[in-house]
Amino acid sequence: MRIYLDHNATTPLREEVAEAMARALRDLFGNPSSAHAEGARARAAVETAREQVAALVGARPGEIVFTSGATEASHLALHGLVAAPAARGRGLVASAVEHPSVAAPLAALAEAGRPLARIPVDGDGRLDLAALDAALAGAPALCACVWAQNETGVVTPMLAVAERCRERGVPLLTDAAQALGRLPVRFDRVPAAFLVGSAHKWNGPKGVGFLAVRDGLELVPWLRGGAQERGRRAGTTNAPAIVGMGVAAVLAAREWEARAARAAALRDRLWDGIAAKVPRVRRNGAPEALLPTTLSVSFADVDAAVLVEALDGEGIAASAGAACASGAATPSPALLAMGRTPAEARSAVRFSLGSGNDEGQVDRVLALLPDLVARVRAAGAGAS
Amino acid sequence: MSERVLVAMSGGVDSSVAAALLVEQGCEVIGVTMRLAGSGSRCCSLDDVEDARRVAERLGIRFYVADYADAFRREVMEPFADAYLAGRTPIPCVACNGRFKFARLLARARALGADAVATGHYARIVRDPGGGAPRLLRGADPAKDQSYFLFDLGPAQLAAARFPVGALDKDEVRARARALGLPTADKPESMEICFVPDGDYAAVVEALRPDAAPGAGDVVDEAGRVVGRHDGVHRFTVGQRRGLAVAAGERVYVRALDAARNRVVVAPRARLGARGARLAGTSWVAGAPPPGPLRARIRVRHRHAGAPASIAPGADGAAAELRFDAPVEAVTPGQAAVFYDGDEVLGGGWIEEAIP
Repeated sequence: MRIYLDHNATTPLREEVAEAMARALRDLFGNPSSAHAEGARARAAVETAREQVAALVGARPGEIVFTSGATEASHLALHGLVAAPAARGRGLVASAVEHPSVAAPLAALAEAGRPLARIPVDGDGRLDLAALDAALAGAPALCACVWAQNETGVVTPMLAVAERCRERGVPLLTDAAQALGRLPVRFDRVPAAFLVGSAHKWNGPKGVGFLAVRDGLELVPWLRGGAQERGRRAGTTNAPAIVGMGVAAVLAAREWEARAARAAALRDRLWDGIAAKVPRVRRNGAPEALLPTTLSVSFADVDAAVLVEALDGEGIAASAGAACASGAATPSPALLAMGRTPAEARSAVRFSLGSGNDEGQVDRVLALLPDLVARVRAAGAGAS
Repeated sequence: MSERVLVAMSGGVDSSVAAALLVEQGCEVIGVTMRLAGSGSRCCSLDDVEDARRVAERLGIRFYVADYADAFRREVMEPFADAYLAGRTPIPCVACNGRFKFARLLARARALGADAVATGHYARIVRDPGGGAPRLLRGADPAKDQSYFLFDLGPAQLAAARFPVGALDKDEVRARARALGLPTADKPESMEICFVPDGDYAAVVEALRPDAAPGAGDVVDEAGRVVGRHDGVHRFTVGQRRGLAVAAGERVYVRALDAARNRVVVAPRARLGARGARLAGTSWVAGAPPPGPLRARIRVRHRHAGAPASIAPGADGAAAELRFDAPVEAVTPGQAAVFYDGDEVLGGGWIEEAIP
């Protein structure tokens, strides 16, 4: 039996979601934009899903724009806002620990001449709020701040950040892909302009996500074409995936607190065991401000990529940095931003827990891990 | 329990079949593709990685991509550029195979609980049941033999090495790949240095060392008379004729490169022969140099048929001196001189200078 400890990369599909999608794939083939009965049926299902997703994040259904995932949602917000006349000539502000789907388009905008201020984090990954205040004083066009960091699991005090942005009149984009389904994420309580989510992080399908857009915001479309999503996102509506996301949202809204408590207990059990059994380890991120799912550990003198392979051979799935970076041994930008050396950043393994895990699995990992770490250290494979 | 073996899979047919043969033999095989250069380079382009991944999938083995791009640049590519700039003609694949790839793969294998590393090289290993040092032989297919590239593997590395296709010829390898339905069965050969995709090594040298590339200089004859101009010593290699802008007359060839004075020294073909060579970094497959001088056939470059010579190992073990029975053309500093006794590789060294 495999032990899957990589829930920040993605989560398994819930059976209820799979069934709803299978039905939708067969029965809802109509184009939701069509005027006939087939189209209307598909459209009704999509609008139900919109209500379900809106309920999960405390948004109004009209604020939800469906996209192909979090990456597209972030691009829609960034480019849609930056292209608007009100943003002309104004700079951008972002945390130093954004997910690549936000960091890379920001970097491209910076390269094209748009001033970009990066807000540092401390050694535990906490955002420097004084630096944020200073940057917001420059009246930037947008502030981007990840709600929960994907590699370290450090959670941003989002209400504090959003209040600061609102006081300064700066639209806030928050990528809540990792936070949703694990933390209380409420668009009606946190005054962000944009909130990004992705279904596959909470047992929904891949390839579908959303952008919550505050009412009244001007947004230039990123994908142009048809008038889908009220003219904000062209392209034939992916009804089956959206239906699946809706069902996953209902389940997440109902279960997230129990899931989070359970994951946190297992995560703590895993860390306590590692700290007791494996020498020369260091936990990354402020322990009191972490996602319940996430444990990032640096193993001194270990190439995390090799340890992940060794774990895989024993049936355990974990990750070195983010899944997107696999293959290239680029040290985690989030850990570098926290002041870790490249070698320390390369030695970090991320364990992320979820609903399928139990104490027996954690104990099995703890039984194997000390020997695996010792073997990797003895082989000297850390010196890549 | 079956033996666990790590296979270096380049995405080519040879290493694909190497992995397949080990699976057939009942080994627990782990496939690894080494990512050695940034994307865009031929040796480890994404296509090759995906080919290797598809083969691994077909064989039902674990597969990983190992990123060694930083170390490869530091330990293989930059020394390659520096050698050219010093007037040598480096053969980076030798140092890459021995010190770079095998050392790292063996460490990675041990970290994964494997004790052996297999590659798709055409070479054979003969093990001593008595526990002595293994012997290294040419591949069974004389046209494909790659033993030249492996001379500096030490006894410990050879003991852990497996060359599953070394006993086959290329046609058999392709036939096996087809029979197994491997997606790489008919993939064309890669012949050139992996990070010099189109043969333009001078451009690679200039890109790696943009501030150090030498400019134009003089082409001189052996007496030091200027007979023409060249556009950078790194663009020439000993024995080369092409690209020499010299006044018409007798055909001349590059005899030597004088990087310190930015000169290319030319001579007629009759003057190209070397009676011997001085070597550095000599290593012996058996682990230690022989007690005294010995006779062997020497290949002074990969495609060289070999020339009979006497080898006198130096006192410190790393130096050695070769004396060819008859002069050998284009003995080129930077290339490897590899010692053979019939099919067996005895050792080799790096050519420091030719002895006229």
